[in-house]
Amino acid sequence: MKITLHVWRQKNGNSSGRMARYELPGVSEDMSFLEMLDVLNEGLIEKGEDPVAFEHDCREGICGSCGFMINGVAHGPMPATTVCQLHMRHFKDGDELYLEPWRAKAFPVVKDLMVDRGSLDRIISSGGFISVNTGSPQDANVILVPKQDSDLAMDAAACIGCGACVAACPNASASLFTGAKISHLGLLPQGQPERDRRALNMVRTMNLEEFGSCTNIGECEAVCPKRIPIEMIARMHRDYIKAAWTDRPASTGGGVG
Amino acid sequence: MKLDSNCPSGPIETRWERTKFDMKLVNPANKRKYNVIVVGAGLAGASGAASMAELGYNVQCFCHQDSPRRAHSIAAQGGINAAKNYQNDGDSIYRLFYDTVKGGDFRARESNVYRLAQLSVNIIDQCAAQGVPFAREYSGLLANRSFGGAQVSRTFYARGQTGQQLLLGAYQSLERQIGAGRVTMHPRKEMLDLIVIDGRARGIVTRDMVTGKIESHLADAVVLGTGGYGNVFYLSTNAKNSSCTAAWRAHRRGAAFANPCFTQIHPTCIPVSGEYQSKLTLMSESLRNDGRIWVPLHKGDKRPPNQIPEAERDYYLERRYPAFGNLVPRDVASRAAKMACDEGRGVGETGLGVYLDFEAAIQRLGAPAIAERYGNLIEMYNRITGEDPYKEPMRIYPAIHYTMGGLWVDYHLMSTIPGMFCVGEANFSDHGANRLGASALMQGLADGYFVIPFTMGNYLANTKLEKVDGTHAAAREAVERTTSMTKRFLGIQGKRTVDSFHRELGKIVWDHCGMARNDKGLRSALAKIPALREEFWSNVKVLGDNEEVNQSLEKAGRVADYFELAELMCQDALDRKESCGGHFREEWQTPEGEAMRDDEGFAHAAAWEYQGEGKTSIRHTEPLQFEYVHPSQRSYK
Repeated sequence: MKITLHVWRQKNGNSSGRMARYELPGVSEDMSFLEMLDVLNEGLIEKGEDPVAFEHDCREGICGSCGFMINGVAHGPMPATTVCQLHMRHFKDGDELYLEPWRAKAFPVVKDLMVDRGSLDRIISSGGFISVNTGSPQDANVILVPKQDSDLAMDAAACIGCGACVAACPNASASLFTGAKISHLGLLPQGQPERDRRALNMVRTMNLEEFGSCTNIGECEAVCPKRIPIEMIARMHRDYIKAAWTDRPASTGGGVG
Repeated sequence: MKLDSNCPSGPIETRWERTKFDMKLVNPANKRKYNVIVVGAGLAGASGAASMAELGYNVQCFCHQDSPRRAHSIAAQGGINAAKNYQNDGDSIYRLFYDTVKGGDFRARESNVYRLAQLSVNIIDQCAAQGVPFAREYSGLLANRSFGGAQVSRTFYARGQTGQQLLLGAYQSLERQIGAGRVTMHPRKEMLDLIVIDGRARGIVTRDMVTGKIESHLADAVVLGTGGYGNVFYLSTNAKNSSCTAAWRAHRRGAAFANPCFTQIHPTCIPVSGEYQSKLTLMSESLRNDGRIWVPLHKGDKRPPNQIPEAERDYYLERRYPAFGNLVPRDVASRAAKMACDEGRGVGETGLGVYLDFEAAIQRLGAPAIAERYGNLIEMYNRITGEDPYKEPMRIYPAIHYTMGGLWVDYHLMSTIPGMFCVGEANFSDHGANRLGASALMQGLADGYFVIPFTMGNYLANTKLEKVDGTHAAAREAVERTTSMTKRFLGIQGKRTVDSFHRELGKIVWDHCGMARNDKGLRSALAKIPALREEFWSNVKVLGDNEEVNQSLEKAGRVADYFELAELMCQDALDRKESCGGHFREEWQTPEGEAMRDDEGFAHAAAWEYQGEGKTSIRHTEPLQFEYVHPSQRSYK
């Protein structure tokens, strides 16, 4: 089948971009979307033109590297599917597709369809962990975790950090990403000691990184390739409000001895 | 080159304990004066970087991805083994050790494997404490399943995303140390050379993948956790950007490369569909717990699977290996599939596929139970092929998946270059000639969390190091060498793309050094590879500049290394005149077609010393002694 692509081309973060049009005859329906871009790039290189830069790695929908907008939808038209797992059989002969990078102030464009998502790592490093040093834990079965809590924590932990939720949100909010981590750790007994501090610190970092606020629009849940439910944002808000009310300055005498 | 494994002697149960006690320690106040470079942020790299930072070392961690959370460990599906014996089914540290040595077809070091089995227990404790959401029973206790050739249930899992959850646990520990300022993270920087000063590894050269800046980083020691080299085959289950480059450049600087021909073919991958195919997708082998593998009994039977009556199906694994059935180890299952296809009984359009059928399991357990166990895998299969495994059997075919070979390391995980350590899949140490399912995650984390933090301290405490910086002649020379290689790629301006060379090379390696190898094929590969390499260096087309994001330039460097590695793999396979594990030489097989080892001639690791571009490497050997598990022919009948 024949596909026409309009792709955002931008040399680097300091230059301005534009849409470029490419025609691809002979696209096979068994190809993945990224394999179609591989074919486009091979052709461009042969013609001596700069290939389209896009991020990808595992191509199994789990590393979270890939992702861009296809006709205004993050990761394209298939629900719960990253762009690397999207196959051309879901498109029609003659389709015209517009590919653009994630658009958010916190995700500056690096080149073409690649953006810098380092802001998501900084949210995690401000509190998205359980402070356990290597070697200190007791036997894993000493702390029981109810199966339903563990399963729900796993639903939240399935986040791949691709950033589609931010790109889809009209406010460019990272609430679903942050809420997923706060929920994952907050649902487990091991995560309780730091629960308040975690919520306060991660939400603070999210704001400092200039992500927008959540206004419950729900686009994030609709495009999430791992079907993270918007309930995780509600959990984050509950933890944050509770922590904000009860937070006290740390006792300076603690631990000294 | 001297290969001293530094393995302790005495009772195997206390070897690691005694080694730890004998090691010198670094005073807590002095640890922050040491700088350690960790390259790679997968399970082994991230867990090692985080653990060493917790101890107080200054750590610089490098990865080529935009974030350490994306390393390819994330794609491991099935699980992680640990000898917890929570199921009371007779498991023990000794049994895990025994299974691993036997599964590796007696080509791994007993001391290393025993330590691995011991540490497996600590890994689960560590990860549960980090909040890894392992599967649980209604009681709240951890759940287990049996996996890939094991007769006990010792595999812990988090749905079909165990690798993801373990990696995120390590990543979160790493991020915690980054936030605390004890780890400096360098994402999007690819290691392109190792800096060796006075015979010791003292730093690396990296290229910034956004700005193109090539620079040196100096330290007191270097740890490589850069994964395996499966992408030498072009089509593999590895991530597209996984490569051998860091390990290979270290090899060029003097680190011996061991057993490169030990590569693992995974039996359950989605078959190839066309020329444009960019990678192969693995279906977790846990599917073999409930799926039955078969091909039509008769050659050329083109009927749809549902119309082939039971009597005309050949459940060849159950027939040939009644004791293990569909759960035989990976190498055995893969070869059996190849054999069925070679006989003309393969299925699908290409004839390169076999059926994996859930019909019996769905009848026995019901579709919802199957969906709960394998839902995400079945969904993935459906997405890629457009077929529904609840209605018709899946088609699967073996694909390259893991590489047991890698940089040679001693018991302390140190390579033949003092000060350069190697952890995880990048080293050769624990799996011998074949890795058992759910053991890769175990090894990566054992190396990173529990071995390297100790052995690093011992090295630093015993070594007096001069202060060096980027102005040192060796550092400047390494930067220049890397810069000129980059310029060389950009200056060729030939006609063929990097990928077209990679695809052609991969096909040569797959055809001649894949699931089955023979003298004639290996020799022909050894003639074809240098010719193609020569063409590469005169006709490859890399556009653009160094000072920008240039994905073709990144690939060109990696493919250049694959050429050299491919040659070494074939040479290693040619010289290993026996069959063992993943290395199957057609000349050495039993009348039933099983692998035939030669323990007299080849009970050793072969470690290759680099001699320069286009020159034949020197083969050294490290003899392997088996004091506990006595070599026998593996039998899964």
